[in-house]
Amino acid sequence: MTTDRTSEETREEALSFFKDRFGVDERSLEATLGTALERRVDYADAYFEYTTQDSVSLEEGIVKDGSRHLNQGVGVRAQSGERQGYAHSDEISIDSAQIAAGTARAISDQSGGSQAVSLAGQREQRDLYPVEQSPTDTPVETKVALLDEIDRYARALDPCVKQVMASVITQHRRILIASSDGRLSADIQPLVRLNVQVIAADGEKREVGYEGMGGRYAIDRLMEPSTWKRMVDEAVRVAKLNLNSIPCPAGSMNVVLGPGWPGILLHEAIGHGLEGDFNRKKTSAFSNKLGQRVASEGVTVVDDGTLPERRGSINIDDEGTPSRENVLIENGVLVGYLHDRLNAGLMGMEPTGNGRRESYAHMPLPRMTNTFMLAGQDDPEEILKSVDRGLYAVSFGGGQVDITSGKFVFSASEAYLIEDGQVGAPVKGATLIGNGPDVLTRVNRIGNDLKLDRGVGTCGKDGQGVPVGVGLPTVRIDDLIVGGTEG
Amino acid sequence: MSSPQSTSDHELVARAIEGARKAGASQVDAVLVRSDSQEVKVRNEEIEHVKRANERCLGIRALVSQEAGLSSAVTSTCDLDPEAIDRMAQETVALARATAADPHAGLPEGGFAEDIPELDLMKAGDRNVSVEARIEDARRAESAAREVDPRIDNSEGTEAASDFSEIIYHNSQGFQGGYSSAYHSLFSQPLASEGENKQRDYWMTVSRQIAGLEDPAAVGRKAAERAIRRLGARSVPTCEVPVIFDSLTAPSLLGQLAGCLSGYSIYRESSFLAGCMGQSIAASNVTVVDDGRLPGGLGSKPFDGEGLPTRRNVLVNEGRLESWLLDSYSGRKLDLPSTGNASRGAGSGPGVGTTNLWIEAGEGTLDEIIADTEKGLLVTELIGMGFNPITGDYSRGASGLWIEGGQISHPVEEITIAGNFRDMLMGIDAVGSELVWRSRSAAPPLRVGQMTVAGQ
Repeated sequence: MTTDRTSEETREEALSFFKDRFGVDERSLEATLGTALERRVDYADAYFEYTTQDSVSLEEGIVKDGSRHLNQGVGVRAQSGERQGYAHSDEISIDSAQIAAGTARAISDQSGGSQAVSLAGQREQRDLYPVEQSPTDTPVETKVALLDEIDRYARALDPCVKQVMASVITQHRRILIASSDGRLSADIQPLVRLNVQVIAADGEKREVGYEGMGGRYAIDRLMEPSTWKRMVDEAVRVAKLNLNSIPCPAGSMNVVLGPGWPGILLHEAIGHGLEGDFNRKKTSAFSNKLGQRVASEGVTVVDDGTLPERRGSINIDDEGTPSRENVLIENGVLVGYLHDRLNAGLMGMEPTGNGRRESYAHMPLPRMTNTFMLAGQDDPEEILKSVDRGLYAVSFGGGQVDITSGKFVFSASEAYLIEDGQVGAPVKGATLIGNGPDVLTRVNRIGNDLKLDRGVGTCGKDGQGVPVGVGLPTVRIDDLIVGGTEG
Repeated sequence: MSSPQSTSDHELVARAIEGARKAGASQVDAVLVRSDSQEVKVRNEEIEHVKRANERCLGIRALVSQEAGLSSAVTSTCDLDPEAIDRMAQETVALARATAADPHAGLPEGGFAEDIPELDLMKAGDRNVSVEARIEDARRAESAAREVDPRIDNSEGTEAASDFSEIIYHNSQGFQGGYSSAYHSLFSQPLASEGENKQRDYWMTVSRQIAGLEDPAAVGRKAAERAIRRLGARSVPTCEVPVIFDSLTAPSLLGQLAGCLSGYSIYRESSFLAGCMGQSIAASNVTVVDDGRLPGGLGSKPFDGEGLPTRRNVLVNEGRLESWLLDSYSGRKLDLPSTGNASRGAGSGPGVGTTNLWIEAGEGTLDEIIADTEKGLLVTELIGMGFNPITGDYSRGASGLWIEGGQISHPVEEITIAGNFRDMLMGIDAVGSELVWRSRSAAPPLRVGQMTVAGQ
């Protein structure tokens, strides 16, 4: 971990924002935590958030909507054994934090704690996403002009383009976390995203194509014509491709997943099942499997929150723990879980920097950051050639998993048949289903072409959405069930 | 029309309207959503968490006159300091000036709700419900689940939640209204295990009144029975068979249908049903209704997100498509009046939403439909998002029970069910008699004559 001037500046900027604007300083935070600790609780923390999100969207050739949302508040948590009390308020002030602390501590019915808290800063942060100017400060006119250009370009690209929908979303999130173990952490998290969706028509047939991109960086990068033109080209290509796609076969097949976004397989099949809460409660299909083989030799899967500028990256998690690289599966063997503070503590393990929450209105949960498989040795071309008859899936919509049974599903938005080692006709509506604990044992080729996704993932759990990333090299997985309509 | 304690909330909304008008908006509306909620979770009879929250959020929409029509913007804030509201109102107008004029944009011209019917959306006494009482409810569900069978040996927990909310909506056409509602729920999710096999399932009860909730022990037992019957689930060979959706999975089809009937997907031509008005789109035993004024309904409200009265709309009548779901904007795009289906939260502009949406009950219980099925699949849970509304292509992960000779033979998992939504709607050959509300959408058990089941 490196310390540099920028990181310290980011933290100081966030701390002084809450202090100057809302009077939230170290001494009053210590008093708030003291209130929570008047009952016998093991731990307490206060989480302050001030987030602005702007979006501008275009359809039918005009920018119809602009929006700005301000989300602010404080959440206080008290923890006693496996119990948690949580109260939150949309008013940022020490008074409202005090009231929340009084409510949260009710989880413990025993009095007599009364420990004094002394807060100190954490000095070991690095800034993974130093942005000079908040993306929400970009003038709306600049974003409107970008969307207008995208619309003109898309319509000129191909006469089959009937509708163009595009939007720019920018977010600026400031957080401060004070905890009873004396840590005072703060961060500023920028997030930008550009979405392009087109509807293409051919006679009666209509299809959608989508491409998105984003991350924790300045909006300028999305404004680069070479960047957004590539996105539009891609959305139009996919829509046209799907116009000519054929129904997907149904049944067990050998599947080759392309690099990048298909890493959603790891997120659904593996990642959720390794989240600490499910394993502490032993409700996961992966419970008690540490040290066991859950994937083929050569398969190494990591969750890494420290990749610069990635959508899933965080300097610190929402409990103030610095993010880090966590190896989940090493050479086929399950070696680690993803933890927040509570579940790590109850399992006698260390927090891994994965305690995340959607906002101050939510309790932290163990969540993924950027989850990917390390590259192998195989040439992607050779991997495709190794399959006689199968499916080549290169892009996906959403996925879902049943943690307990381990069954997961995800839907391809771009997939092709493989015949005699050659990529053949595009197919539509391919859904892949499998069993988390054994799907990776059927990986028999791993490409040398690891790619991360373009920064569009949002993961949902218990009604909370957080930005995440995924990545994958080209891999071949045998005997996966493909849910199509052709018997 | 609204409760007395919300006078200051009405003033805040009025202030937002006034602020935006002063800043130059020719039309404006604002909505304030106040929510007061508590949630407890008990797992294996131990308290897991207790959550409490009070929230208020204000949403403002400003429309500014330009040559070609009105241009609009939406903002929201939970900073309700009067000066912060003034600033937000000005920002909304400034943002609206930067967007493009749209000839179809605007508030409804008139026809706002005049009568605010009493819809039994909450019971005042329920506000006194204690955290301890809800913890006790959740405990009872957990212990009842365990008593069903020794194989129920773990749990994801039981959550009991109560949410009281108040919505106040004003617009510059002179409409001012508000209403209060409550939402109480109990959701239980036990685990069953046998050797290496581990299964989870759930059951729930939801009501506008505490007294309307099912007995917590009954919820726990039902959830446990559902988890137990999944033990030993396996895949089946790929085949084409009749597929029965139970009362938990059938409403998902209704949700997908509603998305395809939204005025927005129709004018964008992003629905496979665009151009099908008046045509037969489903089997003749299918009638779909949306009615925002059912007393005590989980989706009931006296007026919609634009202040228009909610009402009863028959969307599909004996298989024939009779109405889209419209707010005033999508209505204007299609040259039709709003159907009173504008939905509006503080954080967004109006869009189309359903109220209480259901498929009319038919004849025969689920058991009778199963007995009438020689070979097929009963789907009890669906996962994944494999539905393309523009083509109707449907393919989702499923689990459930296999039917042989009119009887349940074994649990099934790791399969997908696929078809085209158009064929699925036309292929509904049995509509059951049991219609129970567990969310804003309800459907009786449905059988689709034939779908592709993909498995081992």
